[in-house]
Amino acid sequence: MSMLSEGRPTRQEDNLQMTDTGSITTHTGNRALMVDEPLIFEIGSPDRSGVDLPEAPQVESRLGGFEREAPIAIPGLSEGEMVRHYTRLSRQNYAIDVGLFPLGSCTMKHNPRLNEKIARLKGFADIHPLQPVDSVQGALGVINELAVWLIKLTGMHGVAMTPKAGAHGELCGILCIRAALEARGDAREVILVPESAHGTNPATAAFAGYKVEDIPANAAGRVDLEALKARLGPDVAGVMITNPNTCGLFEPDMKAISDAVHAAGGYVYCDGANFNAIVGKVRPGDLGIDAMHINLHKTFSTPHGGGGPGSGPVVLSEALSPYGPLPFTERHSDGHITLVEEETVEDRHPHTFGRMSAFHGQMGMFTRALTYILSHGADGLKQVAEDAVLNANYILRSLEDVLDAPFAHSGPCMHEALFSDKGFTNELTTLDLAKGMIDEGYHPMTMYFPLVVHGAMLVEPTETESKAAIDQFIGAFRSVAERAKAGDESLKSAPYFAPRRRLDETQAARKPILVWTEDEDFAQAAE
Amino acid sequence: MRYLPLTPDDRQSMLSKIGAQSIDDLFVDVPEEARLDGPIEGLPMHAGEMAVEAHMKALARKNHAAGDMPFFLGAGAYRHHVPASVDHIIQRGEFLTAYTPYQPEIAQGTLQTLFEFQTQVARLFGVDVANASMYDGSTACWEAIVMARRITKRGKAILSSGLHPHYVSVAKTMARFTKDDLSYQAPTLEAATDGQAMLDQIDDQTSCVVVQYPDILGRIGDLSAIAEKAHKHKALLIAVVTEPVALGAIKSPGEMDADIVVGEGQSLGVGLQFGGPYVGLFGCKQKYVRQMPGRLCGETVDAEGKRGFVLTLSTREQHIRREKATSNICTNSGLCALAFSAHMTLLGEKGLRELAMLNHKKAVQAADRLSQIDGVKLLNDSFFNEFTLVLDADSRPLVRKLADQRILAGVSLGRLYPEVTPLAHGLLVAVTETSTEEELEQFATALEGALS
Repeated sequence: MSMLSEGRPTRQEDNLQMTDTGSITTHTGNRALMVDEPLIFEIGSPDRSGVDLPEAPQVESRLGGFEREAPIAIPGLSEGEMVRHYTRLSRQNYAIDVGLFPLGSCTMKHNPRLNEKIARLKGFADIHPLQPVDSVQGALGVINELAVWLIKLTGMHGVAMTPKAGAHGELCGILCIRAALEARGDAREVILVPESAHGTNPATAAFAGYKVEDIPANAAGRVDLEALKARLGPDVAGVMITNPNTCGLFEPDMKAISDAVHAAGGYVYCDGANFNAIVGKVRPGDLGIDAMHINLHKTFSTPHGGGGPGSGPVVLSEALSPYGPLPFTERHSDGHITLVEEETVEDRHPHTFGRMSAFHGQMGMFTRALTYILSHGADGLKQVAEDAVLNANYILRSLEDVLDAPFAHSGPCMHEALFSDKGFTNELTTLDLAKGMIDEGYHPMTMYFPLVVHGAMLVEPTETESKAAIDQFIGAFRSVAERAKAGDESLKSAPYFAPRRRLDETQAARKPILVWTEDEDFAQAAE
Repeated sequence: MRYLPLTPDDRQSMLSKIGAQSIDDLFVDVPEEARLDGPIEGLPMHAGEMAVEAHMKALARKNHAAGDMPFFLGAGAYRHHVPASVDHIIQRGEFLTAYTPYQPEIAQGTLQTLFEFQTQVARLFGVDVANASMYDGSTACWEAIVMARRITKRGKAILSSGLHPHYVSVAKTMARFTKDDLSYQAPTLEAATDGQAMLDQIDDQTSCVVVQYPDILGRIGDLSAIAEKAHKHKALLIAVVTEPVALGAIKSPGEMDADIVVGEGQSLGVGLQFGGPYVGLFGCKQKYVRQMPGRLCGETVDAEGKRGFVLTLSTREQHIRREKATSNICTNSGLCALAFSAHMTLLGEKGLRELAMLNHKKAVQAADRLSQIDGVKLLNDSFFNEFTLVLDADSRPLVRKLADQRILAGVSLGRLYPEVTPLAHGLLVAVTETSTEEELEQFATALEGALS
């Protein structure tokens, strides 16, 4: 395979002077800072490199006859070209550093740079997971100190630190439940999941070998307690509940739900994705929860990185703690910290369900989260929850006159405000409003989630937005919503001022092009 | 509370707009008995940047950093030099603080880099397609086994003895719940791989054969015969690569007809980080693409006909399919994938091949030097940058003793396989471009001293 030596034109009609929208096109296809950056395969070359390496020693190779002969066809760029390529691409991204990022349930808050500095200290960044434990006491200290905070803030008994993301944490919690049930010889088969749950909840339960049954939401956007109670029985291993839930509401019956599930012999899993709304205000342990994952990246601010990495430690009740995964740390009275893993698990921890990933979890996220937690302290974290909830309610009450807010009558929301597309005319949708927000310079809110509301729009401002920033956002949102209600056709073609106009997602799925090939017929992709 | 912009006046005026008397009015749905009043016992109050930095630096100083001393650990995590420009790029706020690219028109930066990443991984592995990354190699390996079950509708997976024991542990944990039947035996300290033993096990109940390449002891084995027999029984070959730099020097698994290739991408761009976050690589043949877990980025066009990128084939995913999804995975390792891709872009094919041969030849030098020591035997006929030394005694106390002398020797197989006593004599030694001849000599001298 070879590569092109220059960028492939992004469209065939590069010489056209006008497009259907009336905007002027240019020879390069670029529009000032809106650059059509070619792919590395179109500008790089396999024999170009941005790395100078020393000569290899003159010795015979010992590759056992498996020497690579076929070309790899991976292009290289000089350092300057590489920096320019990625810098140009970076400018086509919206990010929390650019502006308010109101994605509900995703919690996009300011990413403190101290966290980044600390994570890069060589004592954390440049240590190997299998170094002798005496040579990594500081790293084990970070895990241990963070674990103590998580346990105290949640009022739980133990914590499994190794899950690598929220959904991985869900799996950890469900495996703990399964292991605890197996230990008492109870082969239950069903996990109940409210229909307002994150899609990861049912997927997780199924992945762990359970049958999944839905529990409906009531008219107030909360779990229907009576429906839940009616379904409990000896076949139910547990329930998975998100609290605060995905409608942005606290589940006031949480303790009653836990009591009912426990009385029926099951366990309660809480999806803690929204813990940032109640940290320092409510301890999930007091609500009878048995397991809850905490998205460190959301509540305790680690970078979202265009999709990850995440980190999803799981706090556990006394009943489930013995079943948590390897490895974990143990702090001794002299301050020395040991690592309990395969080699050292011995007879003291016979119930652990084993390992769920290589090594010790997302250490780089732990250092960031601990740095954030120490910066805020117990008082600051409480203020975080209060400000996040205040900002969300301010948005809810400022927009409920123009946008349908299906649960506004239920009382205050927590850290996110939910609206619907009711009242939009001329076949305009939530998607159109979202694209209109892009032209206003904002990342749109979460769309079409939760599923219990038609055309849902879930807005989460977080605590790091100022009143002025929120007022400006409310103004923009109001204006686009009014256009949607008035049936403004132009919204259907938004965005106009983004690096790309509306992208054809249907075609991408129907005719997937997932890797670059030199002979790919671009016109074919446009069919 | 330097990250919080609201002033007391702001809060008051916002509460008035809401029509609430106090902040607690917004928490009315929390039952009284569940509310926390006052501080949480034992937790400190907020602290300034200087104080936090000092505390964290003190913790960091308690660790022996790899770069400060002779260092020879591998076993699934490798110390390579990360060019300064790679870390600079991933720290750009527009990459660092962007979310999952759900609004593609304003996420082309992330999406294009994921598309480039997918192409690089597919080419490196020698397969048709790759996804936009997984958590890490060990979880990617399990996802591949689940995918093979979905494709073949069979639940018997054969794991090579050369598969990383942590990867085996993850599969065992999960299989306990999914009831998959895993066939696995720990390795023995022999130069030959278990290729023949695996061939004998493949039958019509087999969903997949999972082989690490190079394997946990550093050996490079042929995958072609295994692929052939697996395919004869309509089973899949899953190849696992924990050191992707190796593929700059040795044949790709795809060339040997592997169906799914997964790997750990930490070696390129990511750094050791005490085990995470890392980046899982996942590629496969085109015909299995709709059974893949995780995120996929695809090329399309915008309303003006311009090329652009979107997340695609999401009908496989949890947010649409719920309990019928191919996987519960929701995030990927976007930032780590960017680091991998940027490092790969700096290297190019030429740089990657040179880096691979530099690693290999330094490892050859080290293997020759260390195996001259009395009481040390070299196990490997073949290897890339990691090999196994066989000692006369348990290597665990030796590793600890050398660490006390500020030499981080290899990984004792006793730590990885505590249940198999004879394996404790094995010491896995990894050598990369970062190790110098002086450091090798320090290691060799200390090893001689410790064994005499």
